[in-house]
Amino acid sequence: MTGLDIAFAAVGLVAAASGLLAVTTRHVVHAALWLVVCLGAVAGCYLVLGAEFVALVQLLVYVGAVVVLVLFALMLTRAPIGPNDEVTTGRAHRVLAAVLGAGVTGLLLAVLLPAAGPAARNRSGTTNDAVAEQIFGTWVWPFEALSLLLLVALIAAFAVSRMVGAAEEPAGAEADPR
Amino acid sequence: MIHLAGPYALAAILAGLGAYGVLARRNAVLVLIGVELILNAANILLVAVGAVGADTWQAGSVLTLFVITIAAAEVCVALAVVLAVFRLRGDIDLSRASTSAAQPETAPSGAAQPETAEPVR
Repeated sequence: MTGLDIAFAAVGLVAAASGLLAVTTRHVVHAALWLVVCLGAVAGCYLVLGAEFVALVQLLVYVGAVVVLVLFALMLTRAPIGPNDEVTTGRAHRVLAAVLGAGVTGLLLAVLLPAAGPAARNRSGTTNDAVAEQIFGTWVWPFEALSLLLLVALIAAFAVSRMVGAAEEPAGAEADPR
Repeated sequence: MIHLAGPYALAAILAGLGAYGVLARRNAVLVLIGVELILNAANILLVAVGAVGADTWQAGSVLTLFVITIAAAEVCVALAVVLAVFRLRGDIDLSRASTSAAQPETAPSGAAQPETAEPVR
């Protein structure tokens, strides 16, 4: 056990525990807040692994934007405050889901742990200069395609919400939530 | 010096938790939280592999950034769809039969949910 191993175990435990709470809690809003803790701990994992830029982007985009979007959606869909049985499936279904989730974990562990090997590896830290050079060098076309994808996704999200509103309006439905 | 077993184990655990979240949740937004956990498991694997090997193209970091971007786009579209479904149906319960879309609030998921009364987790 090296120092980095201990640091990773600490943040990894936080990530796993808060991830478990995020998928099992009955409070709808608490699930999103536990997701914040989980994603923040994953950012800590990236820091321990030496990828500072990825950790910062994780904090900015995931914790800052994605979780806020999720919270917005929960509020706009009138999420109930307090414990609520309606958010999870029945008991038999949940047991089946837990078995399948454990199966996924077991399968991945069986494949990945032999690949990891018993030896400690040298961490060849990635510098931000190198990452920037590669993004705008080797990966520049995928990067531009991604910016196009983001634009298309934004327009599509706008179009989806507009289309439903237009289809609903002639029918004279009740008050629009937006 | 770091052992790769830790990151790999965390990725496997997060992927399993995400799969459980996707399968066991009825609220569509909470299903999305499970998807986010699975994506983060993949990201941890990418960063861990990129951190220890000879990564000439920085593929571990760059591909992780790409995955984060795609996840943001995915969440954006998915939440638009969720809001559209909420406006059409009045709820975002994935277990409710789609035939009740015409008259929401009339069939509160009786057939699909025989065991909700139990107070166990």
